[in-house]
Amino acid sequence: MEFFRAKKAFNLMGWVKPIFTFSLLVTIISFYLIFNKGFIYGIDFAGGTVVQVKYDKPVQIDVLREKLKNTQFASAGIQEFGSPEEIILRLQNTTADVTKDTAQQVTAALQGTGNFEIRRVDMVGPKVGKELQTQGILALSLSVLGILIYVAFRFEWRYGIAAIIALVHDVVITAGMVSLFNVEFDLTVLAALLTILGFSINDTIVIFDRIRETIRESKDAARYSMADIINESVTNTLSRTILTVATVFFVILTLFLFGGEIIHGFSFAMLIGVIFGAYSSIFVASPFLIWLGYDVAKAKAGYAEKARNRAEKERLRAQFEQGIV
Amino acid sequence: MKLNYRVVLLIIATVIGLVFSIPSFTQSSEGKKITLGLDLQGGLHMLLGVKTDEAVNSQMKSIASALKHYGEHNDILLDAISAQENKVTFDLIDADDATAIDTYLKTIEGTVVHASAGKYTISMTPEAIEKLKVRAVDQAIETIRNRLDQFGLAEPTVARQGIDKILVELPGIKTPQEEQRARELISRAAKLELMAVDEDRSMRVNEMDEAEAASYGDKILDDALQPQLKHLVNEIPILDGTMLTDAHVGYDQNNRPVINFSLNSAGAQIFGDFTGKSVGKRLAIVLDGKVYSAPVINERIGGGSGQISGNYTVAEANDLAIALRSGALLAPIYMMEKRSVGPSLGADSIKASLIAFATGAALVVLFMVAYYGYAGVIATTAMIINIVLIIAVMAMFGATLTLPGMAGIVLTVGMAVDGNVIINERIRELLREGAKVRKAIEGGYDNAFSTLVDANLTTLIAAVALYMYGTGPIKGFAVTLAVGILVSMFTAILGTHGIFSALIEHIEKSGKMNRWFGIRLERKE
Repeated sequence: MEFFRAKKAFNLMGWVKPIFTFSLLVTIISFYLIFNKGFIYGIDFAGGTVVQVKYDKPVQIDVLREKLKNTQFASAGIQEFGSPEEIILRLQNTTADVTKDTAQQVTAALQGTGNFEIRRVDMVGPKVGKELQTQGILALSLSVLGILIYVAFRFEWRYGIAAIIALVHDVVITAGMVSLFNVEFDLTVLAALLTILGFSINDTIVIFDRIRETIRESKDAARYSMADIINESVTNTLSRTILTVATVFFVILTLFLFGGEIIHGFSFAMLIGVIFGAYSSIFVASPFLIWLGYDVAKAKAGYAEKARNRAEKERLRAQFEQGIV
Repeated sequence: MKLNYRVVLLIIATVIGLVFSIPSFTQSSEGKKITLGLDLQGGLHMLLGVKTDEAVNSQMKSIASALKHYGEHNDILLDAISAQENKVTFDLIDADDATAIDTYLKTIEGTVVHASAGKYTISMTPEAIEKLKVRAVDQAIETIRNRLDQFGLAEPTVARQGIDKILVELPGIKTPQEEQRARELISRAAKLELMAVDEDRSMRVNEMDEAEAASYGDKILDDALQPQLKHLVNEIPILDGTMLTDAHVGYDQNNRPVINFSLNSAGAQIFGDFTGKSVGKRLAIVLDGKVYSAPVINERIGGGSGQISGNYTVAEANDLAIALRSGALLAPIYMMEKRSVGPSLGADSIKASLIAFATGAALVVLFMVAYYGYAGVIATTAMIINIVLIIAVMAMFGATLTLPGMAGIVLTVGMAVDGNVIINERIRELLREGAKVRKAIEGGYDNAFSTLVDANLTTLIAAVALYMYGTGPIKGFAVTLAVGILVSMFTAILGTHGIFSALIEHIEKSGKMNRWFGIRLERKE
């Protein structure tokens, strides 16, 4: 089976303007959502208590709300969790007392609402939440920095900058969607954002690597523009891109559908991130190479110089080994 | 079939992988295996904070106790001894004793002494305070570990996190009752104090407030058994639990469980001195700030042993004895984070991720085989070996598999395939350009190599950042992701290359590129 048998490179860079405008728009909207609408932070970051309760038959949330009205849990958020038998209670309060137990209090408060079992109690104190927040931001920035350094070192600084712009684009849009769809922002969503970084850069590198190779191997580089080189490289890697994105997408889709409620946030963010990660490699990272003034002829000359140096070194070494020098 | 070093390595790795992953699959008790995270097997995870300031406080009180005993033992009159706001203050009545008291004070390490006109102030140096705080956390970890070991729970983890936090993980906890008991045991200060009742004023205890009591150097304590009863005792204890050597459960004359404790020789000496001097007065046995009993002293008590009776059940008495034996917590602890997962939820999570895993893997296999033919089968083989190796590597390091970790493995399946997609696409390219199969395969691997290394290493950077700044389950995810990346580089690059090399003559003979690589070549005449 084959998807593409392109004889000629697609003129993808020819569509960059409208597509990039779209990207810019979505990014701006995402920024707007992040800073204005914000996130529903899970207890990992906001602190608080979550109690997951499973009943032996479907349960009416209104009944529970009524039941809790006159208790200390009156302000608790009640939500169905995955199935109609299961609910979670979100409480803002936390207790620093080691011996006091929220589960017991909840059990007492819910007495008479049916047969239930407390399956999970998570309590995160306010101090820990703050710490997790800083750690999360640190982890994100650190990996972006690490990736920038690595790419700049392995390729060239412009590749590094272009890759990072694409990364920020992906992470911002994914975060924007998390905000838009009211997905709870917890540790697993943060993990997803970091994984998206890894994924997106993976994809970008595959294309960058191909661009580098195309430049190196092109016979008459001066005749090509950077756009041509990118078009050819992207076309050559297109079936890989589609295949990989499709497999990963399906895998994550199964996680999303069957993986259970607890990793819902993770798989949701990943679904969006994977698509944008692949898209941005082509339509954000690549054109930025052009806009940052990456020059094919110069690059080609650079590669030629490097090759010459290497050849010269080898010649000298050969001479040395033969005892000529 | 032709053996080559790559395929031999792959086979060796597979065999080792299988050997090391079998204990994890069967969850047998022998051999190293992957431990399931608390989110999968159920259990209690707690992050405890240590109130290190309180350790300084109680250290000051200990100094005051020792000072008081020293004064009484050597007939040096000291007045208004008090330990407040991290300072011990007292007045020296007779200036002739100044040299003696100065010599004594010098023996207390890490303190600064100010003295003017018989008024003394002892405070701790900042270094000593720092050291004490560190020791308080160390001691809390040690104490909690001791208590949990004696409690008999399976595989408890007690570890320091950051500077003043303690991570406690208890996988063995199954019921809320067990959890409650464990939490009470851990957090119990178990601070035993023997205090003198202020007999001169104790009649007026009910009219007195804290401030007035403090002005006499006393404090008011509640009774442990009768809430309405109050006791007025000297603020500075006669001795505290640091001098305790043993505590065990016994029974009183009514056959109710009590705790018998014994003191070390220094403690016995102090205890004897005090009781000898205080016949007819009362001695309060105070545990964690509550008075359990206040018997009248009939005679000097040598030997240094005592009894705490408090209407305990056998289990309670047992836990308390454990707590006393493992020592008091120098500083109280408080809950910063708590996650408890019931075993049934863990089982559900495992089931859900296995379904997702199986479906995802099946989809990938189907896709790869349909698209690449035999090359897809080879990629699938590599993927399966990949999974076995991830589990083996994790088992070797005794890593923990968490729910996000399982998501990490599922993701790795998708990523492992990516390597083979890149390679297969390269091989196809070369075949289309008219290369011979052998050349196309070698060239395909050569061309794909730098891409794969760069692509995987950058992803690894993200995984490392996740590991460094992640906590708990996220760390688990980072571990599986990192292990997955490294292992998949091995299986996808080296492993499949080996398989192709082993089969190369076969492929050349058959010449059916459609079957082998899923590609139709136009015949070149």
